[in-house]
Amino acid sequence: MKVSMFTIRENTALTKNVYRMVLEGDVSEITRPGTFVNIRLSGLYLRRPISVNDTDETTLTIIYKVVGKGTGQMAAMTAGEELEVMTGLGNGYDTAVSGDHPLLLGGGVGVPPLYKLAKELIAQGKKVSVVLGFNTADEVFCEEEFKAIGCDTVVATADGSYGVKGFVTDALPEEYTYFYTCGPEPMLKAVYKTTTTSGQFSFEERMGCGFGACMGCSCHTVTGYKRICKDGPVLVKEEILWNA
Amino acid sequence: MERLKVDLCGIEMDNPVIPASGTFGYGYEFAELYDINVLGTFSFKGTTKEPRFGNPTPRIAECTSGMINAVGLQNPGVEKVIGTELPKLKKCFHKPVMANVSGFAIDDYAYTCALLDKEEQVGWLEVNVSCPNVHGGGMSFGTNPEAAAAVTRAVKAVTTKPVIVKLSPNVTDIVSIAKACEEAGADGISLINTLLGMRIDLKTRKPVIANTMGGFSGPAIFPVAVRMVYQVAHAVNIPVVGMGGVSTAEDVLEMMMAGAKAVEVGAQNLVDPFVCKNIIENLPAVMDKYGIKTLKELAL
Ligand SMILES: Cc1cc2nc3c(=O)[nH]c(=O)nc-3n(C[C@H](O)[C@H](O)[C@H](O)COP(=O)(O)OP(=O)(O)OC[C@H]3O[C@@H](n4cnc5c(N)ncnc54)[C@H](O)[C@@H]3O)c2cc1C
Ligand SMILES: Cc1cc2nc3c(=O)[nH]c(=O)nc-3n(C[C@H](O)[C@H](O)[C@H](O)COP(=O)(O)O)c2cc1C
Ligand code: FES
Repeated sequence: MKVSMFTIRENTALTKNVYRMVLEGDVSEITRPGTFVNIRLSGLYLRRPISVNDTDETTLTIIYKVVGKGTGQMAAMTAGEELEVMTGLGNGYDTAVSGDHPLLLGGGVGVPPLYKLAKELIAQGKKVSVVLGFNTADEVFCEEEFKAIGCDTVVATADGSYGVKGFVTDALPEEYTYFYTCGPEPMLKAVYKTTTTSGQFSFEERMGCGFGACMGCSCHTVTGYKRICKDGPVLVKEEILWNA
Repeated sequence: MERLKVDLCGIEMDNPVIPASGTFGYGYEFAELYDINVLGTFSFKGTTKEPRFGNPTPRIAECTSGMINAVGLQNPGVEKVIGTELPKLKKCFHKPVMANVSGFAIDDYAYTCALLDKEEQVGWLEVNVSCPNVHGGGMSFGTNPEAAAAVTRAVKAVTTKPVIVKLSPNVTDIVSIAKACEEAGADGISLINTLLGMRIDLKTRKPVIANTMGGFSGPAIFPVAVRMVYQVAHAVNIPVVGMGGVSTAEDVLEMMMAGAKAVEVGAQNLVDPFVCKNIIENLPAVMDKYGIKTLKELAL
């Protein structure tokens, strides 16, 4: 965990309300895929948690959807401006247990963290299948990026305006050894019911601190309570207890 | 540094800065970021007799210059705090710590305080009376002078360490409650706990917090806190620990001018984890600016 200044190098719209931001700074604390950063924005009291989409030696890439004040403020920022970012948060995905044909299931802004994960799994020599779910054709992003690194990529849209009509769970491949998923909770529940192997789920919760100090983000699991920000955001299938 | 030293109920502290209960866990997360021994001390997460999971989520809502929390006193229970958390804390914090205690019945407070009082690492007991009294129709102990005094007496009867009673600001007459605690034997008073607040999500038209209401804190509440610290410090003859919205060295000095002997910093630790370290480092320069030689000279 670290708090440091990052400089915006790029901030571009991918769809009408989803942006990709490339930030230059100290990325040494960012290790596993599926971890997140917490961004301080001027005039807003709480930081905004956003998943790591990608990193290289000097840059961090995030992909975010404009839903409110904070993300709206981010969308209006331009190259050269600075942001104070807390990096190295959360447990992230464990790639060691994936077997040789992992399946990645992303919905909406749950798609971004799967990209760094896919890169690592491919680098480990695994065959990676990806299913990305969106509502409509004009919301689709990142499809080409997954294809470019060699993932077997399928897109599903709820209204059928692009790719397979339906949800990610309507487009599952026949075979896979393990799965990783991130997306809205109804999607995660559907994935939990439909999948036939073990897997890892990334959750969201309202956060006070993002680093384990406030107990703002706790959830029940089979093995006791966990803090989504510190012991999560990734939970394995077998430990999940869906909220009553 | 001699000029930053203060005395709190007979224990000398290197400086008056104390991370507030519930915003610093048991210290380890912050020990990853800086040496927490630079602090005066810190108040650990509110501890109860039994383990508690706390409230459903969402537990957090953002506000202008502050936040609402409805964590609901999540903690592993006093036995586990003593068995697991304190030994772990010993490795990264070498000063007397402030043990924050909550309860839902007078006996719970006495039980938990008696156990923590025996722990060598504990310097002070900070007794949070902002909890609902299950035997008193759910009214908070802290809203009634008799109930607050009864908790104080019960804790004093079974402990040897300084007992600081932490008051709720959600009352009409804070002074009468502080005085009742003083008469019941409290060694100090700390205030303020969070102000009862609420936010509604315009999209869903429902409360943001699952529990509907929660405790409002952060810089927005600072003027309310200064006022209440001032009122209490001028009415009692025991030390007062001031808190509520403190985020800078200037705020610490203002709290002390209102009558606080030491100052706690809460919500700001969550958004700026280095805030307490920065305040301590900035204090000498800000004291110079206002011609303050030692913090002890600010004492009432
Ligand atoms: C671990 C984690 C990773 C995330 N990764 C991404 C990502 O990669 N891309 C992306 O677009 N979004 C992501 N989110 C969601 C993102 O945090 C919210 O969309 C964002 O905080 C909204 O801020 P706002 O000011 O625009 O919205 P507002 O509604 O104005 O925010 C008000 C408050 O609610 C909080 N909040 C609102 N929505 C959420 C949410 N869904 N989850 C948690 N807190 C929320 C805000 O942080 C803020 O404190 C992630 C959330 C978490 C917990
Ligand atoms: C997330 C959170 C959890 C808290 N938990 C406790 C607690 O367990 N016991 C307690 O006495 N006060 C608790 N408080 C109150 C703080 O210790 C403090 O009194 C209050 O937040 C006002 O200070 P601030 O404005 O600096 O945050 C909590 C506050 C926050 C923000
Ligand atoms: S957000 Fe504070 S503990 Fe998770």
